[in-house]
Amino acid sequence: MTTVLFSYFAGVIVLMAVLVVASRKPVNSALSLLVMFFHVAGLFVLLNAEFIAAVQIIVYAGAILVLYLFVVMLLNLRAEESYHKQYLVGLVVGLAILIEAVLILSRSGFADRALPAAAPAPDVLSGNTEGIGRALYTTYLFPFEVASLILLVAMIGAIILAKKGMFGKEEKRSLR
Amino acid sequence: MNFAVTDIGAVLPEVIVAVYACAILLIEPFLPKGRQEVLAYFGFAALGVAFYGTWNLMRTDLTVMNGMFVLDPFGNFFKLLLYVAAAMTILLSMEYLKREGIDRGEYYAFVLLATCGMMILVSASDLIMVFLGLELMSIPFYILAGFKRFEEKSLEAAAKYFILGSFSSGILLFGISLLYGLSGTTNLQALALHLRGAELQNPAWILAMILLVVGFGFKIAAVPFHMWTPDVYEGAPTPVTAFLSVGSKAASFAVFLRVFIEALGGIQSDWRFLLIFLSVVTIVLGNVVALVQTNIKRMLAYSSIAHAGYAMIGLIVGDSLGIFSLMIYMLIYAFMTLGAFGVVMLLRREGVEGDEIRDFAGLARKDRLTAFAMLIFMFSLAGIPPTAGFVAKFYIFMAAVNAHLTWLVVLGVVFTAVSAYFYLRVVMVMYMKEPDEAVQLSAPPGVVMVLAVAAAVVLLLGIYPSPFLDYAQEAVLKLR
Repeated sequence: MTTVLFSYFAGVIVLMAVLVVASRKPVNSALSLLVMFFHVAGLFVLLNAEFIAAVQIIVYAGAILVLYLFVVMLLNLRAEESYHKQYLVGLVVGLAILIEAVLILSRSGFADRALPAAAPAPDVLSGNTEGIGRALYTTYLFPFEVASLILLVAMIGAIILAKKGMFGKEEKRSLR
Repeated sequence: MNFAVTDIGAVLPEVIVAVYACAILLIEPFLPKGRQEVLAYFGFAALGVAFYGTWNLMRTDLTVMNGMFVLDPFGNFFKLLLYVAAAMTILLSMEYLKREGIDRGEYYAFVLLATCGMMILVSASDLIMVFLGLELMSIPFYILAGFKRFEEKSLEAAAKYFILGSFSSGILLFGISLLYGLSGTTNLQALALHLRGAELQNPAWILAMILLVVGFGFKIAAVPFHMWTPDVYEGAPTPVTAFLSVGSKAASFAVFLRVFIEALGGIQSDWRFLLIFLSVVTIVLGNVVALVQTNIKRMLAYSSIAHAGYAMIGLIVGDSLGIFSLMIYMLIYAFMTLGAFGVVMLLRREGVEGDEIRDFAGLARKDRLTAFAMLIFMFSLAGIPPTAGFVAKFYIFMAAVNAHLTWLVVLGVVFTAVSAYFYLRVVMVMYMKEPDEAVQLSAPPGVVMVLAVAAAVVLLLGIYPSPFLDYAQEAVLKLR
């Protein structure tokens, strides 16, 4: 049962991810991304990580993607007339690398291997929300703090690059 | 698996730099326009305090934060280098930002946060930290590259660097996830242990290794992952370019070395071949393409690519002499590159971009000292004694000869000779050509200071390198 479900989720994820890149209309890309996020959440459920599954849907599908859609609609992007000229080269090289990777991974025995012992088993009693909280604030405290710094940088950076009137010289040398 | 308060002591330099960066962000809105350079002194203070901290922790060797972070002499060597590079970048920036009309306090905060990312990177002992450090280093650079957002070139640089950079991060992450899937751990030591006993026949290790090479190769600008370098170097504000080519490269090399020697040492025979190939292509392409550049920033970009190729030889050799030579190379490369970019900045003035090689015409007549400093940096980049560049190449080549890679040394020397052509062309233009017009160069004190320090260090390291060599010798990554 798990295998069937996994194959379904994984298959849809790959298909949707391809559609995100391949669609010519930006809205279609965003919607494919949405479907992909839902299926990723499904994978998390299969792994007994309900909390992350919920976060995946609330944050990614709920918040981030809606923002994407807003941007796409506001900017009124037109559908791409055609693919980039280099897409044929990209396709050939990409396929070659894909085939290589599949060949290597199919020989590596990933499929018929038990889960690595080091992966922490979810604590049934305390539930996995608490487990994640514990892990984040003990073992992974340092990475957690660094990640928060990264978000700070990204936020301020976006303001710097996008807000009007940040620089004195702007009016004088503006592009438009 | 608990968090110990004492662990904070080990990461104190990182915490200090991050706190100062946040303080800059908080104070910035209260400062009137045009007084933002006060914040640069905050940057110096942060780097000074962090330098003092790292200096005191220099010989400690311990792993903290549940194996996420390692404090060792190797990391500290690079941290000290990064503080100096960041401080020199701020010195270069102060006047430049004003002149370009981009004097916002956030600039200094981003420089500090990028430095913090690099510090985490050189001390990472877990692949999670490697990834986070790499992102904390890169994201400020994406923004800094586009800081002159009213200039098309700067925006192009930012967009290119951002898209390609996130793509390479994705590839690196794929490699990390494969390693995790194979071993069940992201810790470097645990990975090494796993590799020692593991079934090395499993080809997935090789695939993961290749993906990591792509990810790191992008950051150090090795061919064929160098496509972004010339455009980003040319478009980004010059002090940012200097910091990008020095700090980002040194930190990425440090982590490249740590991951490949410490964690993936067990499959050295596999990655060695791949890296030799990359190194050869990088040296050849970097030096040959640099020959035809007319823009000095693009030329320095290709020169930086070529230098990455030389430095990779130290990683390929992989023994303590190889690691030592790579550390020395990065140290020397940092000073000569910062100096060269400093001279480029002096040529910039209202109405003249100043980054074409022909803008150097007759510099020796206009400003003898600046021209002489540029001469030193160019000689050093070309590896001509008695400058430091010679010492750097000497140790790299010596390490390679010891490891029976003589053919690689021969190739390296041949292309060093090729590189002399385009470095010395700048010198020729400065000394032999007539100046186009009689203009007075501006000489902001910060830039002059950087030039003086860089030139002094390059000469000192070329003539009397032993104190630096002794220190690097002590700090060589311990091979377990």
